[in-house]
Amino acid sequence: MMNGLTGATGRAVKPLAALFVLVAALITGPAAAQNLSVDINQGVSRPLPIAIPDFTTQQNVETPAGTTSSLGKRVAEVITNDLKSSGLFRPIDTLAFTTNVAYPDVLSPQFASWRTVAAQALVTGFAEAQSDGSVTIGCYLYDVFSEEVLVREGFNTPVRNWRRAAHKCADAVYSRLTGEAGYFDSRIVYISETGRATNRIKRLAIMDQDGANHRFLTNGQNLVLTPRFAPNQQTVAYLSYAQNRPRIYMYDVNTGQQRLVGNFPNMSFAPRFSPDGRTLAFSQSRGGNTDVYVMDVNGGNVRRLTNAPGIDTAPSFSPDGRRIAFESDRGGSQQIYVMNADGSGQRRISFGDGRYGTPVWSPRGDLIAMTKIGGGKFRIGVMRPDGSGERLLTDSWQDEGPTWSPNGRVIMFFRSRRGGGADLHSIDLTGINERRIPTPLEGSDPAWSPLLQ
Amino acid sequence: MKMRLTSVAAIGLLVGVSACSKNNDDLPPPPPPQETAATTPVAATPTPTDTVTNTVVPGSMEEFMQQAGTDTVYFAYDSSSLDGEARDTLTKQASWLTKYPNVRITIEGHADERGTREYNLALGERRANAIVTFMQQNGIGASRVTTISYGKERPAVEGSSESAYAQNRRGVTTLSGAAAS
Repeated sequence: MMNGLTGATGRAVKPLAALFVLVAALITGPAAAQNLSVDINQGVSRPLPIAIPDFTTQQNVETPAGTTSSLGKRVAEVITNDLKSSGLFRPIDTLAFTTNVAYPDVLSPQFASWRTVAAQALVTGFAEAQSDGSVTIGCYLYDVFSEEVLVREGFNTPVRNWRRAAHKCADAVYSRLTGEAGYFDSRIVYISETGRATNRIKRLAIMDQDGANHRFLTNGQNLVLTPRFAPNQQTVAYLSYAQNRPRIYMYDVNTGQQRLVGNFPNMSFAPRFSPDGRTLAFSQSRGGNTDVYVMDVNGGNVRRLTNAPGIDTAPSFSPDGRRIAFESDRGGSQQIYVMNADGSGQRRISFGDGRYGTPVWSPRGDLIAMTKIGGGKFRIGVMRPDGSGERLLTDSWQDEGPTWSPNGRVIMFFRSRRGGGADLHSIDLTGINERRIPTPLEGSDPAWSPLLQ
Repeated sequence: MKMRLTSVAAIGLLVGVSACSKNNDDLPPPPPPQETAATTPVAATPTPTDTVTNTVVPGSMEEFMQQAGTDTVYFAYDSSSLDGEARDTLTKQASWLTKYPNVRITIEGHADERGTREYNLALGERRANAIVTFMQQNGIGASRVTTISYGKERPAVEGSSESAYAQNRRGVTTLSGAAAS
């Protein structure tokens, strides 16, 4: 299900696709655009004006997902929504377009007319059905002023995966203009919530990063909490109250199979994968004392990493797998600590006012996101792994449970409302572009997948 | 012939009863009496109280509630210490449990919403365990007791007020194997 999308190095591409894949390899390189670029570190006050006309089609063909012409229109919509959601781009209203893009225009745009609508960048392309039932999405990015082509890539995919091809195109554009990896071709697993606070129904649910392809994974019979993606994106570790015993389970997203991990007499919870996907860090409570442990993902080789009296929980690996951040109240209040992955060298890193919880290491390794508790509020913030450079990003009543986009530029979290209810939100690392993530019901405990393969 | 028929009926009854009591092991405790009263229209009319107290079944949840006063004790913010009132309640609970050694208990630990998810799960466990320790000191063996923490997932009351928080920071004793009321 996750497979079947091939990029520039993909198999079985048709002659035309093969041609522009070859050209793409020659033209797109690691270097960022020289003339046109987006600085993502400053907190963009003026997003880049970008035109994204409907993708065209050379031959309008019926596919299981609609005609290639309608696919082209929807591909442009997905790309528009992705780029807009980043806060770094301002897609120009399609009503402003005077140009109806035909197939030749994709390869040779009429730049003068794009300049009249004040577009600085142009994303254009096509959708083409292949005889094997797949579809190829051609993705082009131009600098409207220098008339230079910045991205020229083709994505071949089974038709049902067309949205992923659109996300790949948006990632290519984002990456070329910012110099950073993209994050649009990714998914979110989270807890869907409904009902009164005193008898809340919670279900494991999964969706694309933009909310599409939403699906419930559990039926709400058992209370479920804190889902976390494995690096392979296929497995989710989570806490379930099945049989009234809170324990860690694994859910296989493709097969729908669930299995208990480990066999502990007491509550096991707060699972988080190591970067190589072989180990789970988690917590276990014994006699009211909660410690951090690790075990193999099959439940074997359990090792206890902390033994301080008190609550040691919410472990999160550094991306190199060598360290673990966690929270502990051993010093009298909930604070963030870092230790080596074998449990040695435990030391406190949070020293500001208030309490700190839910540390989550950035995939880039440079920051730890956390929930700061103080002044009657929960706020999402970041600090360096040595505790320096603390910066709070949100300021609401109760924001909790950060998770990083695969490129470490965006943090998703959940926001509870006074009196009940919670929703998913995201915010840029610069502290701007706060957005609510739409979900069918209410939501909490989001976990962002790595970039899909 | 007549005699034989009666004994078959009696056996049938016996089987019915034992199946019923076995089922009760898996059932949640019966709702508190006041809930039943609220849904019964005639409850507004005062009824002679002596008939009610006389029907409390020994070893039942109803009797437990009557003798202990409540199944719930409360905690201060971010604390698992048992105050005098909680100790008093738990002492009464333990003394009732001593009389019915076949009754098993589960201690639920709960937290208010002013803690993060994982921390509150651990805090609920810590609270439940404080109750277990107190029960043990009062003669209730560990083999009869299990704990479960719900963290902030199952508040007793809705709302984000100090009063709601105070009611949600709690430990609840639930019985299994108690007599049917």
